[in-house]
Amino acid sequence: METALSLSSALSQLLVGLSRAMILFIVASGLSFILGVLRVPNVAHGSLYMIGAFAAHTIATTLGGHPAGFWLAMLGAPLIVGGISLAAERLLFRHLYEREHLMLLLFTFGLALILGDLTKMVWGADYRSIVPPPFLQGSLDVLGTALPRYNLFLLLVGPAVAVALWLVSTKTRFGRIARAAAVDREMVGALGIHVSWVFAWAFVLGCVLAGLGGALVSPTISVTLGMDHTIIIEAFLIVTIGGLGNIWGALVGSLLFGVTQSLGVLLLPQFAIVFPYLAVVVILTLKPTGLLRSVW
Amino acid sequence: MRPQRTLSPATLWALGLWLALFFAPLVAGRFAVYLLGVILVTGLLAMSLNLLVGHGGAYQFHHAAFYGVGAYTAALCITKTGLPAWAGLAAGPLAAALAGLLIGSLCIRLNKLYFGMIQISLGSLLWILALRWYSLTNGDDGIHGIPLPEAIAGPGGAFACILAAVGLCLLAMHRILASPFGTTLRAIRDNPQRCAAVGIDVRRHQLAAIVIATFFAGVAGSLFVVLEGSVFPDMLFWVYSLEIFIMCLLGGWFTFFGPMLGAAIIVLLRTLVGGMTEYWTLVLGVVLIGLIFFLPEGIMGIGHRLRLYRRRAAGAPSPRENGHAAG
Repeated sequence: METALSLSSALSQLLVGLSRAMILFIVASGLSFILGVLRVPNVAHGSLYMIGAFAAHTIATTLGGHPAGFWLAMLGAPLIVGGISLAAERLLFRHLYEREHLMLLLFTFGLALILGDLTKMVWGADYRSIVPPPFLQGSLDVLGTALPRYNLFLLLVGPAVAVALWLVSTKTRFGRIARAAAVDREMVGALGIHVSWVFAWAFVLGCVLAGLGGALVSPTISVTLGMDHTIIIEAFLIVTIGGLGNIWGALVGSLLFGVTQSLGVLLLPQFAIVFPYLAVVVILTLKPTGLLRSVW
Repeated sequence: MRPQRTLSPATLWALGLWLALFFAPLVAGRFAVYLLGVILVTGLLAMSLNLLVGHGGAYQFHHAAFYGVGAYTAALCITKTGLPAWAGLAAGPLAAALAGLLIGSLCIRLNKLYFGMIQISLGSLLWILALRWYSLTNGDDGIHGIPLPEAIAGPGGAFACILAAVGLCLLAMHRILASPFGTTLRAIRDNPQRCAAVGIDVRRHQLAAIVIATFFAGVAGSLFVVLEGSVFPDMLFWVYSLEIFIMCLLGGWFTFFGPMLGAAIIVLLRTLVGGMTEYWTLVLGVVLIGLIFFLPEGIMGIGHRLRLYRRRAAGAPSPRENGHAAG
């Protein structure tokens, strides 16, 4: 009986880890995509994730808990984030592409500082959370273990995003041009392609993923200020261990991160957060360029 | 073929200012002296970062981690071991340099962006430890009321200690940057391939630079303990690392005293703006983006550029623009 209990708690803990990994993946894949094309670690990524979560809450509550509100929030929040990132890119960021990378990084940091405080101005410091639609509430009974439906839903969304992003970057004209521009932007420009807009859309696509991650996470955690700072470090770690710019690497990294943390809870609850970091150190010591090759 | 060591006017001014500052507690109020201390400690940290980034060209993204290691080592040695407080304060920089050696030897195998990303990762691991290891570090709350030797326990003594230590560190940094090692470092920054081709061990030089810079960051950490008598996990947070970058940018990369000036401005601005509004980071973000667009070489960078321009106008051969050495 006892082993069954611990097995079931391990199973549900694993599910928590996996669904957390899916959120991390969606955010990290956006970061990785921007890193691949623009060669800039987007520090503002975490802030956009936070804005996605707050915006999702606002949309969902405006519609008064109607089930459609949830889906509109999942759609609208990433779009809002996309709009913010497009504005930031076109108004400011694009003038800096000729500069040193350090300047680009510092620009995204400046953006993160501004967006963080703007979020505080608009939404305040309260804790919020949104309710998923009825058929995603409650839990499913699998092998005698109650598994929350929403977490199972996240397990479907994560791989879907991975496949979609992979298709965009390898099978579409935009993806091919973006990858080419990452390697040699002058050559791509010489072929008559507007590289600046390619960079803009790549940046926006990555940021939309941050917003989507924020929207999707909002039913599982309390949405509050400061959630930007933790996610960005985790996303950085994931991208680094996965291999910069590699979408599948981001997936592997996220799984590793989410699962080591959730299983760590079973071993040493207080230090659960240390396990993924330790895993990162071990991996980077053995293989400094990440698990998978950078595909760009 | 060592360059002749004469004291330039800038050095003389700096020396004079340094000596004059020792008398600050006699004329300035308690809070002003405290602020001066904050500026000196933060400035030392920013200058140690600039040693690596401005002169070494390394993407040292998480410098604050070493600052925190220095401060926490000093704090823990003093509060948890029977060692004399001076030994604890001396252990801070050594531990920071050791952390620099360990993390640096992992980072150094990789090129710029990877270097920075791995450093953020490993530095964040240290931050997590400071935050979560409650039994050792007291977690979120940090360690407060660290007992200090009597000589530096009061505000006046603490200030004199900080001023003396920062002065010595600046002198050491200046000597290092003016030495053949410093020249090699800048050569590596400008063209690592060519340096490797003429037989310079690029990685070893960079690793040495990391150890030196993290040592000074550790000194800043220990001095923080002297100044505040406390430590807290936010010192190791990545956001703070990037704030130090802003200080270097504001004062001017490639200049020696630039980061100190930048630190002074940021510290004063934070005190001023922080008293008026809760949206200090918004102001900081706007300042940062304004700098990137309108003043990418920083305040002292302008002076340097003007000097170059004047020299060129006078018909003298101009030194290479970014080969500007210390002082």
